[in-house]
Amino acid sequence: MDGARARLGGRLFSFAMSNSAKNLLDKVWDSHTVRELPSGLTQLFIGLHLIHEVTSPQAFAMLRALDLPVRFPQRTFATVDHIIPTESQQRPLADSLAEEMLVALEKNTHDHGITLFDPASGKQGIVHVIGPELGLTQPGMTIACGDSHTSTHGAFGAVAIGIGTSQVRDVLATQCLAMARPLVRRIDVTGKLGSGVYAKDVILTIIRQLGVKGGVGFAYEYAGPVIEAMTVEERLTVCNMSIEGGARCGYVNPDAVSIEYLRGRQYSPAGAAFDRAAKLWLSLASDPGADYADRVEIDGSSLAPAVTWGINPGQSVAVDERLPRLADAPREEQAQLAEAFEYMGLTPGDPLEGTPIDVAFIGSCTNGRISDLREAARVAKTGKVAPGVRALVVPGSQAVARQAEEEGLPEIFRAAGFQWRQAGCSMCLAMNPDKLIGREMAASSSNRNFKGRQGSPTGRTLLMSPAMVAAAALRAKVTDVREIL
Amino acid sequence: MAGAKIERVAGRACVIRGNDIDTDRIIPARFLRCVTFDGLGEHAFEDDRAQAKEGHPLDDERFAGARVLVVGQNFGSGSSREHAPQALLGRGFQAFVGASFAEIFFGNCTALGLPCVTLNESDLGDLMAAVELDPSQEVVVDLVAGTVSCRAGSVPANLPKAARQQLLGGNWDATSVLLEAGSAIESTASQLPYMSRFGD
Repeated sequence: MDGARARLGGRLFSFAMSNSAKNLLDKVWDSHTVRELPSGLTQLFIGLHLIHEVTSPQAFAMLRALDLPVRFPQRTFATVDHIIPTESQQRPLADSLAEEMLVALEKNTHDHGITLFDPASGKQGIVHVIGPELGLTQPGMTIACGDSHTSTHGAFGAVAIGIGTSQVRDVLATQCLAMARPLVRRIDVTGKLGSGVYAKDVILTIIRQLGVKGGVGFAYEYAGPVIEAMTVEERLTVCNMSIEGGARCGYVNPDAVSIEYLRGRQYSPAGAAFDRAAKLWLSLASDPGADYADRVEIDGSSLAPAVTWGINPGQSVAVDERLPRLADAPREEQAQLAEAFEYMGLTPGDPLEGTPIDVAFIGSCTNGRISDLREAARVAKTGKVAPGVRALVVPGSQAVARQAEEEGLPEIFRAAGFQWRQAGCSMCLAMNPDKLIGREMAASSSNRNFKGRQGSPTGRTLLMSPAMVAAAALRAKVTDVREIL
Repeated sequence: MAGAKIERVAGRACVIRGNDIDTDRIIPARFLRCVTFDGLGEHAFEDDRAQAKEGHPLDDERFAGARVLVVGQNFGSGSSREHAPQALLGRGFQAFVGASFAEIFFGNCTALGLPCVTLNESDLGDLMAAVELDPSQEVVVDLVAGTVSCRAGSVPANLPKAARQQLLGGNWDATSVLLEAGSAIESTASQLPYMSRFGD
């Protein structure tokens, strides 16, 4: 205990000596650097490794082929989310391929002494939902997961990076990654969001403005009054979609909001250790006067609910705006726009509001948390799902589902005609039975509107906030939720 | 355990035009229901191929046997699935030439010893046109010289220094390199307050 405290003291001292106007990314990067590699990359220690059933089995197979153990099994945590059915999680799973993947995850975690949060644990859920709610995700950590939405965890001021399967192997074998230090772009969102405008609208607008590849090579630091006023869950939504803007990592500086969220969670430090941690966490925030490779300012007060109309998350408009016209776009972008319009069956220059929808999906690592479900329920309470619309509410985790049940949300959803499901990724990427059929158009609170993303090769996705999805479900068309709230 | 040195990839090329081609399109999620990377090659671009009105380049006999894939901007965006480069590798592609690549896709390719090099817009346009006109010609991605060549000549190709060093040095398999740090890994870990639960 005393030894640990001395180490902690030493660490605080070293931060104080070296952090003259550094941003959070540089502080975290420096403290996790094992060494510089001959390639010029950093050998970066990874404090928390999260795994799931889709991108880990091949990594464990590689590890076995190399005859290597897991270096820090207590720093890897597993759950099952992508393939888990949301109607019945009865074993064996009806899809034999899904069952095989779950069995592989059970065996791999058991063989290597890794904690698995499976459905029987009561703690299962989408990997990016359970990390924060269990207190595994903490400020100042480096976090990796074989999933691009790992950027979510940056909401606490962690450096959280999505990786591929070979890198999952690297982390299992060495608890390290070979990484290039990203540049940092600070994005200040000023002003105050209007009623009916959510974190989802903020990040969709950022991606629209900076482009789907604008963030390549950058970490995004989200700041300014709108971000500071956000709850942790809203910040998770913003950071989640960093990768949709090309930024592998996005973060918000730790503050009283993130620290209060962590108090009392299962893996959070407790008692005096929590106070020590809180002090350290706050010291990791970017210093005033820190350097940034780039800075961008966005006026939050002017934002309206955003809706994507195309086939990448940068193709969005405000709900009360018309779709772009090809002639207004630079010539070299026109073919891509035309492709998106053709796939979506939409017409340039038309209003998006009023576009008919067939399916409404509320859930995902972007918007499957309790506050998302509460906002959707507020809207659901005002009416009934329109005839012909299939509407699903999928909680992001078993804990979210329990909380929703305590608050009576499933009854509200069911009474309005929504299906209330069990926790998982579900129709965000449709690796389980929840899929679009044919050319169905979905209003979706998820993160990707790529061609075929929601399980039908010709299915179509309109991304929007959970409240906007609920509004679309009630009227069977894209609806400005501000008319309902 | 170190990989082979990747100095050059030579062979016929195939062109897939378009920007922001995401990994869901390269390998749709339904094919990720597996515990190995075997057999992904046949499903590469499966839905794009089915929907291509004038046929998809991967189904064009003129491009059969291509080893170099020529693409546009931000190729491989979206999901981190390594199944995407594995599917393309499964179809025989061993190098990618494009305007730009998404970061995770680029890293996944490098980890498999597959170079992703970029050309400037005009050189890339010329290469695409040249390959489409005569797919039988050899395209050479030369990492030592830092060029991409076809019959019409040779143009400078960019590859970030780190990836170049990893591929040329045969140390793109990062596990072996990272293991060399030895106990320095544990030393770094011991300095991190959260590793001891902040003295809890």
